[in-house]
Amino acid sequence: MLWIVVILLVVVIAWVIGAYNKLIALKGQTVNAWKQIDVQLKRRHDLIPNLVNAVKGAMEFEKETLESVIQARNQAVKIQAGASPTGGVAALAQAEATLGAALSRLNVVVEQYPQLKATGNVAQLQEELTTTENRVAFARQLYNDTATEYNIKQQQFPWNLVTGLARAEPVELWEIEEPGDRDVPSVDLSLKPKA
Amino acid sequence: MSERNLFAQQRANRRRSALLVVVFVGFFAWIGFGADLILYLQTGATAASGGTAGRYVHTIPFVGMAVSLLALGTAWFSWRRGPKQILWATQASELIQPGAFEEQQLVNVVDEMAIASGLPRPKIWIVPDRDPNAFATGVDERHAHIVVTEGLLKALNRDQLQAVIAHEMAHIQNYDVKLMTLLAALVGVLALISEGVGRSLRHGSFNRRVGGKGGGGKKGGGALVLVLVVVWLVSVLLAPLVSRLLALAVSRKREYLADATAAQFTRNPGALAEALEAIEHAAAPTKLIKNGSAHLCIADPLGRRLTQKQGFVADLLATHPPMAVRIARLKQMAYQYDKTGVLPESV
Repeated sequence: MLWIVVILLVVVIAWVIGAYNKLIALKGQTVNAWKQIDVQLKRRHDLIPNLVNAVKGAMEFEKETLESVIQARNQAVKIQAGASPTGGVAALAQAEATLGAALSRLNVVVEQYPQLKATGNVAQLQEELTTTENRVAFARQLYNDTATEYNIKQQQFPWNLVTGLARAEPVELWEIEEPGDRDVPSVDLSLKPKA
Repeated sequence: MSERNLFAQQRANRRRSALLVVVFVGFFAWIGFGADLILYLQTGATAASGGTAGRYVHTIPFVGMAVSLLALGTAWFSWRRGPKQILWATQASELIQPGAFEEQQLVNVVDEMAIASGLPRPKIWIVPDRDPNAFATGVDERHAHIVVTEGLLKALNRDQLQAVIAHEMAHIQNYDVKLMTLLAALVGVLALISEGVGRSLRHGSFNRRVGGKGGGGKKGGGALVLVLVVVWLVSVLLAPLVSRLLALAVSRKREYLADATAAQFTRNPGALAEALEAIEHAAAPTKLIKNGSAHLCIADPLGRRLTQKQGFVADLLATHPPMAVRIARLKQMAYQYDKTGVLPESV
């Protein structure tokens, strides 16, 4: 009888250790994925002043587009400083989405300037923009996948019994909360700056 | 089977790799220690049936130890040198400082896929060959290499290149490069041992040592020894063939999984289907990639038409699954992803 109790106890303790380690590992992966987002966002933010300088001279008529890019960038930098997986992800996602939209507008407008095309830098410039956006997108994808696994594990029985022990708490996913963003975008071909 | 998601399949794959290594180790043990067992029964039986004192009895498993040492040594050597030798044989040169626009783009795309997979960025190599192809090699995710031909950079657009690189990163993440390096090493050792035994059989030295003395022992022991000898010989002589077929089977299975994992990285299965089509259309043999590294490539570099056929022999001998099946699977994934916004869980 005593043996059965001892064996049961050993089994339970072994499971608790395993589950605890699994949660800690997932937490570590989530934090790492978040760091990767941080790195890629910083890369994006550092790129923008150079980018604007490169095209400024040739694009006098697009002050507003450039202006909106810089504004969105500064806003995003401010918000990034205070964001972590457990708070501020939604706000940062929103700010970065605004910046992304401004950048893609700039990308479209650049195509229309023959002076820029003539310098031959446009292909390189666009490659730089593409890879920057891709890096942010893939870092976000990895973070969301990892964070989802972490969140699900914490809620599943019987893992939820050890979440307190492992100090695991749900993390925010990188999502755009506004329902409007999921609608079909309206297409405005006039390219007039929006009011 | 169909409900298992990608992550579960990756785990299953890792288990399968471990199992494969265990089978190989078990087989080496059989070859080595099996020979010892036969020798022990042989010498022990003759000694028991009234042999003179001081006769040699085979109690210490020298053969087993020798085979283990040989296998360990060879495996270790090809583990350390294998990837380097492959890179050297293909005349690949490492891309350190990207110059041309295409090279910069390649570096960017590899960086992006390293981020998507959460792995360290592998080293990038370029092979001066006009045929589009790519492969990955290395021993683990920290020492991995991705190799592309110049032709690949010319033939594919950015999305397609990204898909191919994702496929190679998938091979690294799924521990395929590790397994393939190890498998190549083990198959090599088996071939070596089998060759040695075959040679001594032809020269007759083997016969004198094992087969010739069987009649002197007790009847039961003699029959057992005879059966053991036959089984041992057959397994040693067939080993290279079986292990090669096994290696091919493993490599084919892994192509499907790498395709699916690549789709998980890029969320764009359609681009990989397009890339495979483009590579298939070029279809001239990649001259610089030789037999030894064929199973590593994204498409069979030897220009063999086997990968275009389906059927038993093609299934058994090809390094890659039929291109048409891979493309069809990817297109189906792309269709489902477009419709539902979720990658299909099964591959």
